[in-house]
Amino acid sequence: MISGKINQFASQISAEVISNKKVGPYHHMVFAVGDMAIHSKPGNFVAISVGGEQSSQILRRAFAIYRALDKGPMGGSIELVVAPSGQGSKWLCQRSIGEAVDFVGPLGTAFGIPTVNANAMLIGGGYGSAPLFALAELLKNKGCRVDMVLGASTANKIYAPLEGKRSVSSLTLTTDDGSTGIHGQISEAIPRLIREYGTEVIYSCGPMGMLAAVDKIAQEFNLVHQCAVEESMACGIGVCMTCVIPIKHEDGIKMVRSCIEGPVMDGSQIIWDRKAVMDGL
Amino acid sequence: MSALDFSTKIGSKRFSNPIFTASGCASSGQELSQFFPLTEIGAIVTKSIMVKARTGRATPRMAETPSGMLNSIGLQGPGIDTFLEKDIPWLVEQQAKVIVSIAGESVDEYGVLARRLRSVPGISALEVNISCPNVENRGQVFACNPDTATAVIEAVRRNIGGELPIVAKLSPDVTDIVEIAGAVINAGADGLALINTLLGMVIDTNTMKPKLAGKTGGLSGPAIRPVAVRIIYQVHQAFPNTPIVGMGGVASGRDALELILAGASAVSVGTATFGNPKAAFDIKNQLEMLLLEKGFTDFRDAIGFAHRGI
Repeated sequence: MISGKINQFASQISAEVISNKKVGPYHHMVFAVGDMAIHSKPGNFVAISVGGEQSSQILRRAFAIYRALDKGPMGGSIELVVAPSGQGSKWLCQRSIGEAVDFVGPLGTAFGIPTVNANAMLIGGGYGSAPLFALAELLKNKGCRVDMVLGASTANKIYAPLEGKRSVSSLTLTTDDGSTGIHGQISEAIPRLIREYGTEVIYSCGPMGMLAAVDKIAQEFNLVHQCAVEESMACGIGVCMTCVIPIKHEDGIKMVRSCIEGPVMDGSQIIWDRKAVMDGL
Repeated sequence: MSALDFSTKIGSKRFSNPIFTASGCASSGQELSQFFPLTEIGAIVTKSIMVKARTGRATPRMAETPSGMLNSIGLQGPGIDTFLEKDIPWLVEQQAKVIVSIAGESVDEYGVLARRLRSVPGISALEVNISCPNVENRGQVFACNPDTATAVIEAVRRNIGGELPIVAKLSPDVTDIVEIAGAVINAGADGLALINTLLGMVIDTNTMKPKLAGKTGGLSGPAIRPVAVRIIYQVHQAFPNTPIVGMGGVASGRDALELILAGASAVSVGTATFGNPKAAFDIKNQLEMLLLEKGFTDFRDAIGFAHRGI
């Protein structure tokens, strides 16, 4: 839920690249961001200008924050895991150490932390696992049990760095092609794991299809489900109204902005069935 | 620092500088206020408000295009009651200058909206959006026909009373923009907002289907700027005494100056805000510097300068 002033912790800064390493099909990038790191919480995102000043790509790209450190060796820093899939993310991955990139952030909602210790399951699809490691650390420090389940189409698309594994009580991998971990879709493995670990709350991040499947399971088990959603976004700051997500409302459907009311949302409030949305509009 | 009179006028109302936000690109100002003081720009033009709350279209609503983007929002908004209860008081509290943009599904609805707004304190002008391309029936775009355009502006004029200037926002998707402009001026418009987005379409060659859920969308951004310049130039030539709020792909002070030289009395910044939250603020500063560099002491001397004889 949003509280207080919209975008209240956001600023626009020039962030210097201080590290850029290729990890499998992804790039792990670190940026010097000064005070922007202080208010960055797991689930928040940054919106980045791509392509340089004369670029024909006029819109920012949104990236989930992988990790934020407010007192690193270079001052405050923000780390991202970037998949070079489109023109904009490719451009970002090509930045060298010392180059400056225009950041707006931190933006959006953060994952809510249980007030009492709870058994948490963190479910990530592909590079959707990025914001879950910082969340795992936070939950573990609060005394929660943290079971992480990461899935992807194939082994090298699972982003699970060594340091991330330290914060979890268990790590389960699934791949569609069976190249590592459990063979099959991530959602197929979840019900058994929920029973095994006594899961009480689910956090998820990844493609919308995966989030929908996870939410169905969460509802069957009557578990709280916080998910970080994804929708085409132009501005990231709440003015363009393009990144909306349909949620349940007394009058039928309400469209809320995934950059302001999200990206972390209550899964049970989202209308996942696209046909129901199209029929309801 | 400056010896520049940067103020401008739309109808009877004066604005401290000629850079505004564009309707639909700044919501009602709150989101942007984190990035610059709203009082620094000439006016906030709020997102077109309708009588009732509106859900808008399904997603995807956005497709980036070379130097531009398509949007297909479908006028999502809270409706006039909530807008008057929440958004206007907040803007007034910030001491921002406010131009309220309205949109209706029928001529009567425009009249209703004008009546609701006529005595609301803190509003400097009314933008009448008769050109949104994202409505169910494209045939209903009032600005595509001089008779329907006239009917809407007359209804607003009848209901608004004397004080508040009316700015009619027109569509570039017409054969003869000067004819439509003439019609709304005759019907009582004090100014014109030129231009709304151009209707466009993108097909995803992977899925081989239209990229937007609404199939078509409005094209904005620097890609459309030459169209805006041409239309502002043509309309200013035909109606030199009617103030124009120019918009269409302005991303720098230079771009704003281009529209002003074509005949704009003020310039709205739209899509550029999506790429840079403080675009309007930056553009205002850049424009001020440019005008001074070019030796202007009064902003109004630059309006329509490109029309003057060599």
